[in-house]
Formats: sequence, C-alpha cells, structure tokens
Amino acid sequence: MNLFCVGISHHTAKVETRERYALQRSEGALRTESGCDEALVLATCNRVEVYGSASVAVATERITDCLVRGAKTVEDAGAFYRYEGGECARHLFRVVSGLDSMVIGETDILGQVKKSYATARESGSVGPHLHRLFQRAFRVAKQVRTRTEITRGAVSVGSVAVDLAVKIFGDLRERKVLILGAGETSERTARALNSRGVTDIRVSNRSFERAESLAAVVRGRAISFHEWPKQCAEVDILISSTAAEEPLLTPAVLSPMMRERTDRPLFIIDIAVPRDVAPEVNEIDGVFLYDIDSLQAIAEESLALRRQQIAAAEEIIAAHVSDFRAWLGDAGDSAAARATVNPRGLDEAAFRASQL
Amino acid sequence: MDRQLLIVSTLCYFTGVVHTLLAIRDRISRPRRFNFFAIGLGFLFQTAFLSVRGHALGRCPLTNLFEVFIFLAWSVALIYLLVGPAYRLSLMGAFTAPLVFALQTFALIAPIDVPHQARLPANPWLEFHASMSMVAYGAFALACVAGVMYLVQERQLKTHQLHSVFSRLPPLTNLFAAITRLLWLGFGLYTAGLVSGFFTGGPLPRVKMICAFGVWLFYGAILQGRHLRRLAPRRVAALCVLAFGAAVSVLWAINFVSQSPPM
Repeated sequence: MNLFCVGISHHTAKVETRERYALQRSEGALRTESGCDEALVLATCNRVEVYGSASVAVATERITDCLVRGAKTVEDAGAFYRYEGGECARHLFRVVSGLDSMVIGETDILGQVKKSYATARESGSVGPHLHRLFQRAFRVAKQVRTRTEITRGAVSVGSVAVDLAVKIFGDLRERKVLILGAGETSERTARALNSRGVTDIRVSNRSFERAESLAAVVRGRAISFHEWPKQCAEVDILISSTAAEEPLLTPAVLSPMMRERTDRPLFIIDIAVPRDVAPEVNEIDGVFLYDIDSLQAIAEESLALRRQQIAAAEEIIAAHVSDFRAWLGDAGDSAAARATVNPRGLDEAAFRASQL
Repeated sequence: MDRQLLIVSTLCYFTGVVHTLLAIRDRISRPRRFNFFAIGLGFLFQTAFLSVRGHALGRCPLTNLFEVFIFLAWSVALIYLLVGPAYRLSLMGAFTAPLVFALQTFALIAPIDVPHQARLPANPWLEFHASMSMVAYGAFALACVAGVMYLVQERQLKTHQLHSVFSRLPPLTNLFAAITRLLWLGFGLYTAGLVSGFFTGGPLPRVKMICAFGVWLFYGAILQGRHLRRLAPRRVAALCVLAFGAAVSVLWAINFVSQSPPM
C-alpha cells in the first residue's frame, strides 16, 4: 500500500501559486481521477496538501492535474513536495503540531486538519490507512502541546496584550476598555480583546468621526476626546496611541485617580511613539504599564522559547513515526521512503532545517 | 507507630515538592493535579496520625509543640484541599506542599515531641479553643501563601519578566480574591477560638491573652484596611506574609517560653 502526501505550502510557493491549486472539486472526484483508494485534501491559507493511499503508485502530476485551476506553469512543478510512507506520517505530525507553520506552534492548524478529516470522512474518502494516520496525528499534536512549551506565550503585540490582561484580571468579559487614539495597532489590540469576550470598549480620538468608525469596527462606542480623563478613572484597560508630543498621562494625573480605586488595577498599553504615558506611571501601585517595545520584546521572547522546544517536539514525533512505520510495515524500506521529493533538490536534513 | 504514619505523610508532601521542582526545571509539565493528589494522600496519613495520637491521649492532640506543628500542617493541607480547587487555585499546591513539608520535617527532626508529664483531663471548650485556633492558623498560612504568589506575580508584571519559572501563576485579581476570603475565614475561626478560650474554666494566662489579641488585632486591621479600601492589594498581600510570620513567632515564643502545654 502506498501512503503519500503531495503538497505545496508557504515554504515552497507564493500565495498566487497556492491559490491556483486550492481544490475546487470534491474529494470523491479527486479519488476517481487520480486513481487513489483514499484521499484527503488539506487546504488552508498556507498550504494545499493531498494525503492519499493507493494500491499502485500514483504520480505527483496526476494529483496536481486534479488540483490545478487553469494552466500549469513551469515553476509550479518545482513548488510541490512529496512524502511517502513514514515520511508522509512525519510530515503530517509536524504540520498538526504547528512545527511547519508560519508562526511556530500555532494551534489553528490542528482545527483545520480536524475539519478536513471530518469532511473527507463524511464523503467516504477516508479508509483504514488515512483513518489510522490522522487519528495518530491528533494524538501526536496533543502530546506535543501538553509535553512541550511549543504553543506557549503570545507572539504578536495584540495577543501579548491579551495575555497580560488575563494575567492581571483573569476573566475579561466584564472589563472596560478605553482606546485613546484610533491607530491600526490599537484596532488590532482591541479586536484581540474583543475576541476574548470584552464588550465594553470606548473609543476616544481628536477626530470624532475616526473614533466613531473604529468604534463600529470593534463594536464599541465613541466618546469625545475631552472626556477621556473621566473615562480613564472608570476603565480597567487603557490602550493609548495618540500623536501627542508630550505625555498625556503622568504620575501627577494618575496618582489621585488610583487612590480612588485601590483594589482595581489599571493596565495601560502605550503604543504611541512618542509615548503617551510617562514611564514613571508604572511605579504607582496597581498600574501596569507596557509600551510597544516591551510588548514586542515579550512576543520575541515567546517565539525564541518556542524555537527552543522544536527538538523536544521532534523527539515525540520521531517516536510516533517509528511506531507508525512498524504498523505500515515499511520499516525495512525506509530508504525508499526517504526518496522524498523536495522542490529545491536539497537533502532532507537541509530541507527540514530550511523549513524551521 | 504514629510517627511512622507521619513519616509516610511527610514523604507524600516531599513527592509534591520534588515534582514541583522537576516541573520548574523542565518548564514543561503542569504540577497542579499531581500536587493535589500528593497533598490529599499526605493529608490522609496526617489525619491517621492525629487520630492515633488523639486516642492515645484521650483528647485532642495539642499537648506539646510537636503536636501543635503537626496540627498546623494538617490545617494548612485541609484549607488548601477545600479552597484550592474551589477558587481554581490548585497551583497553590506547588507552594503549599513545601510549606507543609517544612513544618512536618522540622517537627520530626527537632526534639520537641516531649510527652506532657501529667495526663491532662479532657476539656471540650479547651479543645475547641485550641483546634479552632489551629485551623485559623491554617487559613492564615494559606493567605500567606497566596500573598507570596500575589507578590511574585505582581513583581513579574511590573518588571515585564513574564517567562520566569513562575509564569503560570493565577491572575492577580483571582489571587487577591482568594487572599481576602482566606483572611475572613481565618479571622472568623480565630475569633471563635479566642472567644471559646473564655469558657475553658481555668485561669487565663496574661501573656498568651495579650499575644492572641495582638494577632487578632493585626489581622483585624488588615481586613479593616481592605474593607475601607485604604490598603492597595500589594500591601494587603505583603501584610499577610508579615502577619503570618508574626503569628507563628508568637505561637512558638509562647510555647517555648512558658514550657507549658499550648492550650
């Protein structure tokens, strides 16, 4: 039985190429046209991959012919990779664990793989081989997630801000947020907070129209700019990104305010350059001030920490691959399985290193 | 026989400590559930010890400093098992296991298990007074643990050091809520213990009374400051640590100086 994966990803092709191969037809049709016994298509914004099994060898071209929309170009062939047997399993295990993702350790991919598996199963395209392969992959993903720190820490400014807010307040649903200055990063941060259940978002900007339009985007309400000091006393989280030349918030302004709310912390995210909040404000009891540099530093630290976990994750994957190979019965011909095609003609180790 | 039960109990807590240290070293595991079971098992052996000792004495086993320490350790574990899961603060076990382990190890090693000369008659009010006070101490100990956790978490957030070994601590507001509840619980139990002391029938030792009221006033002042919002959470957390240190010192000093049974 030939178990294989043919695919194209952000490592090997630009989005223009990938989108031409995003599957337009059903997995059943793909199975019939390519001659596979089982087939599953994983199509995300970063990859299009076909996992299949067949009693006879199925050429990569037959798969890509089924996937392509319009005409193929000469470069397209070089963008596809192919893994077979145990290497196919290794590739899928790395994909579901987030090791092959653009942001290492991201967890969305697991949900996407599960969804693709469910769709293929419903259409009857999943047989015993793919079933076993994907069930094992879900187990691997769970183990990698629980036994390593690969998913730990936020890696973008918005998610770092949300993580910090959770560390301070726990449940964010009842928290009040004030956005001061309607910049792009403010919007992203507010959206991230929004996604964690924050509903009370107030937007204040020198231009009221701009405040209104951002408020509409984040499902908040606009308030006039001269009202912000009063609002500041009420809110739990302040996101500031005005174009003010001098700091708007200083210890002299904030200290009396904090004395009135001793048991309610204030989390300030200052993403303005020059800064809107004087750094000394962080010394006040109950105030937690983060500027853009500190948020970025935390994000980079998380990313570095995730990279350190790759070796531990690879170890877990290797154990499962060897187990899966034994089940497949291809342990003996692992050399043949290593005849993996990669687009740049690199050896496997270099190819994997380049992917990391 | 009873000391063997205590040694097994101490080993259970030691397992919790080792597990936490390994988790900190590897930075990968979650010690919460393991610690909960380690403490639960340790608590069962502690209870067995106190039961055996109590039957042998014919009264609540609080007749010397050794028993006081074990009863205190038992109270800490009891409050943790009740409060930890309820407030989703099971990570507290990572801090509780070392505290209980230290208390019991000290009690086992130090030559303080001196049997009282005369067999003391059973006195329900006296036993109620002593056991309530000890359980209150358990709540204060846990408030101290939560206070330490709060201070560590607050420091991390202030200094932007979020990838330390303590990065999995609970949110500040949850910790502060736990501190407040533990303080109220401990204060209520301590008040009950203190009031019941007046019904014991015997003469009230002056120094003990002054010290006990001192501790009561200290905790009362913290709660009053919290209630009136005069104290910032960080100060409340720091005062919890200070107050527990003072309370344990007072307990130790009274028993050490008077050389008399602790109740």
